[in-house]
This record gives sequence, C-alpha cells and structure tokens, in this order.
Amino acid sequence: MTRTLFEKLWEIHEVALFDNGESLIRIDRVFLHERTGSIALQGLEEKGRSVANPKHVFCTMDHIVDTKPGRSDSTQMPSGKDFITATRNSARRADIELFDLDSQFQGIVHVISPELGIALPGSTVVCPDSHTCTLGGIGALAWGIGSSEAEHAMATNTLRVKKPKTLRVNFEGALAPSVTAKDMILHLISCFGSDGGAGCACEFAGPAVRELSIEERMTLCNMAVEFSAFTGLVAVDEKTIEYSSNRKFSPKAHLIAAAIDHWRSLKSDENAVFDNEITICCNDIKPTVTWGTSPQHALSIDAFIPSPLHIENAETKESWSRALDYMDLMPETPITSIKIDCAFIGSCTNSRIGDLRKAAAFLRGKKVSPWVKAVCVPGSTQVKKEAEKEGLDEVFTAAGFEWRESGCSMCFYAGGETFGPNKRVISTTNRNFEGRQGPGTRTHLASPLTVVASACSGYICSAEN
Amino acid sequence: MEPFKTFRGVGAPLLRENIDTDAIIPSREMQKVAKSGLSAGLFAGWRYKDPISRQINPEFVLNKTDYQNTQIILAGKNFGCGSSREHAVWALKEFGIKAVIAPSFGRIFLGNCIRNCILPISLPGDQLKELISATEIDPQKFLIQVDLLSQCIEVVGLVKFNFEFDQASKEILLEGLDPISLTERSSREIINFEELDRENRPWIYL
Ligand code: SF4
Repeated sequence: MTRTLFEKLWEIHEVALFDNGESLIRIDRVFLHERTGSIALQGLEEKGRSVANPKHVFCTMDHIVDTKPGRSDSTQMPSGKDFITATRNSARRADIELFDLDSQFQGIVHVISPELGIALPGSTVVCPDSHTCTLGGIGALAWGIGSSEAEHAMATNTLRVKKPKTLRVNFEGALAPSVTAKDMILHLISCFGSDGGAGCACEFAGPAVRELSIEERMTLCNMAVEFSAFTGLVAVDEKTIEYSSNRKFSPKAHLIAAAIDHWRSLKSDENAVFDNEITICCNDIKPTVTWGTSPQHALSIDAFIPSPLHIENAETKESWSRALDYMDLMPETPITSIKIDCAFIGSCTNSRIGDLRKAAAFLRGKKVSPWVKAVCVPGSTQVKKEAEKEGLDEVFTAAGFEWRESGCSMCFYAGGETFGPNKRVISTTNRNFEGRQGPGTRTHLASPLTVVASACSGYICSAEN
Repeated sequence: MEPFKTFRGVGAPLLRENIDTDAIIPSREMQKVAKSGLSAGLFAGWRYKDPISRQINPEFVLNKTDYQNTQIILAGKNFGCGSSREHAVWALKEFGIKAVIAPSFGRIFLGNCIRNCILPISLPGDQLKELISATEIDPQKFLIQVDLLSQCIEVVGLVKFNFEFDQASKEILLEGLDPISLTERSSREIINFEELDRENRPWIYL
C-alpha cells in the first residue's frame, strides 16, 4: 500500500488507536516560551504532576523580551518581568533546558528549534504556539496546541489526536526572481481562503518547492496555520539532511548514519493518495501583499484594492468593508499607491539568515525613505551573530534600519512596543489581524524583498521596480 | 473537571467572521501568569470605548441589557482562529460562557474549549441565523437550550437543530474526564512503545 509522508509520520508515532477515533501519538519534543510556557508548567505542578522526560522539553524567551539593545528582565510590556521570572523559575524546577536572555542560543522558538536540531526530520514536535507548523519545512510533524495539551504532552510523552485528512498542494512551474516562498503562501491563501486547508495535514510539493531552500520551506509551512491547516509538511531531501545533520542536538556521530537512512524514507510514495489535491502554477505568482485584515486579503503587487460594491455574499461584503475601514484604504486604487510609515523585518516567518541576506543584498547602497521607520529583528541570537559576521548589520543600519536583538518583537502586541495607532506597516510577519501589531496599527504582509523595496520608496512596491 | 450538563441560557450574536483569540482576550490583558482574572479583559477592544479607563461601549452586544448574563455566543465562521492562547477560553469561561455556536472554529481553540468544559457547536450559517431570529425579539425570554447528550439545540417551541459532535470530545465533556488521567490508563502501551522506538530511532532519545 502506498502512503503519504503524513501517514508515514503518523504510523511511526501511533502508540494506540482508540474506539472513539482518537490516536495516542508519541511526542518527541515539547518546546515552551515565556508567554504560554510558564502557565503550562505551573498547571502541571498544581496537579501534582511532573515532566515525564525533562530532556525532551525545551524553553526559550522570545515573546515579551525587549529587542532593543541592552535589554534586561524588565520589558516595555507591563508585568513582562513577571512572565520572564516565572518562566525561568518553573523551567529550573522542572529541570528543562532554557535558552534564557543571555544565552547564545536564545531566539524565536520556531527559528531555534530546527536551528539547534531539537526539531529533526521525522520527529513530532508540539508547542503552545500556533506557528509550530513552521517545522514541517524540515519534514517534522509539528503542530500548535493549547496549554492544557502541553501539560498532557509533558506528563505523558503523548497526545490524544484525531487523524487529520491529507491535502497536497502542488506548486508547479518556477518562481520569478523577486518572488519568494512568502509570496507563494500568500498567493495560495488568497486563492483558496483562510480556511482552505481546514484541519488538514497539508503537504507542499512540486518542482517549485523542491527548489526552495530549507529556510524558505519553513516560511511556507509557517503560514499553514493561516490556511487553517493542522500542519504543513515538506518531504525530506538531501537539502534537509544536510540542514539537520550538524546541529547542537542532532544525532551523535554513531547514530547519524541510521538517522539519515530513516530520514531518506520521509517522503510520499509515488502513487500515494491524498484526500484532496490543489495545483498552483508558480509562473503566475507575482510579489504578493495583503491589503486587509486577514491573510486571505492578499493581492499581486500590480493589482488594485478591491471594492465590496461588487460582492454578493453579505458576510464577505461586510468583512471587506470593515477591513477597508480599519486599513483606511480606498477601493479601486492601486496597491502601489499606498504610502507606508514603517517597515518591519522579523518573526518566525521571515527572520532567518537567508531572509536577511536577501534583504541586505537589495539594501546595499540604498537608503530608507525619510518618512519610514524601519526595524530589523533577527530570528535568533545565532542568526544575529552570523549576520554581523557577514557585515549585514552594517548594511541595514547604513540604509536606516534599526538593528535589534532577537525575539518576536513587534510581530505581535502584548502591551509593550508598537509602531502606534494608525501607523501603516509593511511587515514580513504572518498575521494582519486588527490590532495584531498594536491597537489601530495597520499591517501589510509581504516578503522581505518587498519590505525593503517599499521601505526605500516609501510606498508599497516590489523589488523589481 | 465538571461534567457538562444540559442548560438554557441567553445567546448573544457576534456575527463577525474570523474572530481571533487576540480579539477574545487581547494579549495586553494577560498580565499575570494565571488562568484566572481574565474576564474583565474579555473582548476588551470592543467592550470598552477605551480599554485603559474601561469606559463601557454601550453599542457592544454583551453590554446591552437584553444580553445580560449571556451564556452562549453565536459567532461567524472560524471563531477562535489565530494565537493558541488558552486564555481566550479561560476568559470566556470566567465570564460565564458555556457554549459557542459558529459555522466553524480555529482548531486549537476548539481543543482548548473541550479541555475547559465549554461546548463548541458547529452549525451551518443558515441555521445559526434562524436561531438568532428566534431569540432576538427577547433574548432574556427566548433562551437557547443546549443538550450535548442528544446533540440538539433548541429554542423551545420555535426552532430545534441537531448538531454533529466528535465522539471522543463528547465523552470527555459528559463525564468530566481529565484527558491526562485517561491517557495514564494506557501507560503500559506507552512504555512498550517507547522500548521498541528506542531501538528503531535511538537518535531521538537524548
Ligand atoms: S514571531 Fe510572531 S508569530 Fe512567530 S512565534 Fe513570535 S509572536 Fe508568534
């Protein structure tokens, strides 16, 4: 019988199948962060339970730590310090490895988890954070959970899950030079809706995906949750093996050959049958930007802001009108006429070294528009160090970008730092919900290339122009 | 956990699509490492004219006298999408919400509801609208009855719909089971699995 990649991963981890349709799935790694992790550890303690295998549980400080240079436990978020110290104390008591503020391995959870080899191809990884699906980019089966489920995973090394349906998205054709993985996923969500992958284990496949670097595959999988998928996945190939072989927690020398043998089997069989398939022609994809308040409100850079006038469905009409109102945009004007106030490079979607290299290559010798506040936040301390070694920090600062310490930063608003109300931000992040980057802040999602190009011109534009 | 019991309650319409968990409980409202003290922050961005001074927004449905003591939220599709924060569910529960009825839900939010004894009911949009019109003349009088055992919601004498519900979640809710205790019953299988798995994938074990 042929099997999909997802089915293989499921079988490898299925401890039991219950009559009620749930499976008990072995969880290889649990990752926590200071926003939702301390509450999960605290919950376990309150119930008198402990972490079954502390060596398989990790924690980082990323969400509410400041990213301004010279940061400390005190953050701009009111009570941020309580979260940081509570997390530190619970992590110590539970005897789990914590990548604290001063650790050379600190960073955004989904960036450091594959970077350190904690997430490996074929492993199951969960985290009380919705973008855990990022790790599908290395062929890990990873998904976001709530705090109670995190307690369950830590106490039992398992989770009770109902097997999701499978969906394959075939990206045929090839990408134009200024089109990136970010444009692919925004394009997909704009075509099929933010619930287009509802509940599915969604494998991204096809020649365009094979061409992507591992980091770009993570960008693709990162936004699987904005497609309402259970998770995203990309088959393992030689690039994956090279990426995952030499990391801090990668298999040790005497085990690596066996691990690689296993990893090579992690792809869908040739005639594997999926519950659903979608095909996208990449030749049609242009740099893509969101105009509204859902990732599905995305359009090609050369398009015009849509008008709700011609929409028949009452709910869509209402949601478009609300979005236009919040975003303060006029229907039927070109996307490229939108003037921006701020530009943000960062987040678990687009803050890895490859993203920074691409952005810096464009920025070299250019200047950010005088009215634009521009900020670059590397995804991990290791990414930051590597960028500095290559002199990318100088390119960013010379162009007028702020260069920050690693963390989630202004990807989301927790009461701390924000670009401010009514400010219009072009951002490499993954959510453009109302208030996501702060009350009244207007977010346009785009690729790092589109962000730097727009930062320089002061208007939304692609790197080609 | 308390078992889920059949009840009748006030239902309040909040028919926007894609109400995300940050709209349900804004991140800035999560100021303590705790599962309680969250209800004042529920829908803070909409409930208050100004979230800081807590000046009430009289236009917001839950602030209207017709909708005092709301126990059921009737929402647009993809309710609870976005951030995985379980605080959204803790805040709803603390506020007194026992069920949310919507055409669809965010996946993680749905799981969080089950673990906190809030009933997430998926109902097609047209039935949802019928339910709202049956109650809106006087929401305090035309209460919605929610019965999980027979998978049925009804405004007595006016409308009645059956809904589909996942079997495993139904057991957990009706019996008030703790999923961790439930899984501990399988500890033999977990240990056996791990023994074999250690041989097959030794590199996974640190
Ligand atoms: S970078 Fe943004 S999306 Fe990613 S984990 Fe942090 S807050 Fe969440």
